[in-house]
Amino acid sequence: MTELTDELSSAVAQLEDDKVLDLVRQRLETGVPPIKVVKTLQEGMTEVGDRFGAGEYFLNELVVAGEIMKDAMAIIEPHLRGEAAETKGVIVIGTVRGDIHDLGKNIVVMMLQGAGYQVVDLGVDVPAERFLEAIEEHQPQVVGMSALLTASQAPMKKTIEAIRAQRATTKIMIGGSYINETIKDQVGADYFGTLAGDAVKIADSVLVDV
Amino acid sequence: MTEISYKENVVRFGPGLPTVLIGERINPTGRRRFADALREGDLTTVKTEAVRQVDAGADILDVNVGAGGLDEPATLVAAVELVMSTVDAAICIDSSDASALIAALDVYEGKALVNSVTAEEASMATILPVVAEHGAAVIALPHDEHGIPADPRERLAHAARIVDAAAAAGIPSTDVVVDCLCMPVGADQQAAARALETLRLVRAELGVATTAGASNISFGLPERPTLNLAFLAMAIDAGLAAPITDVTVPGLRRLCRASDVLASRDARCRRYVADYRRYPSQ
Repeated sequence: MTELTDELSSAVAQLEDDKVLDLVRQRLETGVPPIKVVKTLQEGMTEVGDRFGAGEYFLNELVVAGEIMKDAMAIIEPHLRGEAAETKGVIVIGTVRGDIHDLGKNIVVMMLQGAGYQVVDLGVDVPAERFLEAIEEHQPQVVGMSALLTASQAPMKKTIEAIRAQRATTKIMIGGSYINETIKDQVGADYFGTLAGDAVKIADSVLVDV
Repeated sequence: MTEISYKENVVRFGPGLPTVLIGERINPTGRRRFADALREGDLTTVKTEAVRQVDAGADILDVNVGAGGLDEPATLVAAVELVMSTVDAAICIDSSDASALIAALDVYEGKALVNSVTAEEASMATILPVVAEHGAAVIALPHDEHGIPADPRERLAHAARIVDAAAAAGIPSTDVVVDCLCMPVGADQQAAARALETLRLVRAELGVATTAGASNISFGLPERPTLNLAFLAMAIDAGLAAPITDVTVPGLRRLCRASDVLASRDARCRRYVADYRRYPSQ
């Protein structure tokens, strides 16, 4: 695990909610740019994600970290006005048609948001048209599709074909416990992941390539 | 009372009756080596898991081969035939592929439990006629295309809709087993309470048998067996009739027998004592 030198990032990683909020207020009062505070928080969240991936933190702790982040952002947001709300990129994500499992997707959303992405979450059982509309509206760098059921493979393939027909350059990542290289190729996606932390790594690498 | 059978072996469960255990381990979800083996046509794990679970006290075996990248109807038929030739246990045929369900039901020698139908119109229209035609029973997942309702009353409404649609298709309510939908407490603190309340509502308002994917409750947390056992004890009190769970977890079967005694579901503690005699050390 990374050694976090900043007191605020370290407090996020340690899930010390009161300390995080106090430090955020303190820093804003002493004139630290809000965007810098957000970045520091994100470093803590990345560490939480890594600890979760390593089996050191558990699901409930990921949820707690998400809540701390939300509370901290509520304090920071009024100060962000006027400044360009900086995000690493936009990601549209959803569980594909025919599948209503959202736990894996929700974890991925939390990790992506924590890492600084703006995430448009379309929910579960998402038909191809909803993906297309959201892509048109939000112009994401990456589209993510989640699936737990093997029966989701056919709808996933159809959705990806529809997206490619509309906007051929869209980068598509798929995720789920049973997904592998073969399935990724069969459905025509660009990237795949099986662990919670994979989505952030994929998104980061896509943005470097673009 | 719900009845499932394999040849002469009849399994009965429902409100007020002792808990019946559905073994969950013949399922490649999240088990990469098992999934790879299935794709290569290797069914060894199906056989070993069937024996292991029946030895551990499973009454019904769930059989799922949804590994992706394989011919699911053919593989499911082969797995069901292998389980039938290996152990004397009733089968819960588990697939999201209707053609696989039909193929497996065609070869099954008895009254199967089908896993599953949802409250989505398309699911009910596809699955219920198949269940009716084969005289099987079916697990009802009380959700629709909008996802899993948090509110137990909404789950009850979905369950009632499935029971009605089943009746219209010629399936009696005793052949509908409602799943109370266990979600991980690690993600939502109220998840267990919602599942338990769903069990109580279904028992009170519909009077049909219930099931639960009980192991799901502990997803993402450490020491999962302890959470699963605590949940099972509470769920049996709330009326859970036939959990789908890992019967090989040490102490699980005995805990269910003990919970039956405490919930007045084991007259004169006969089953509990029989369990002690068959398995003197758990």
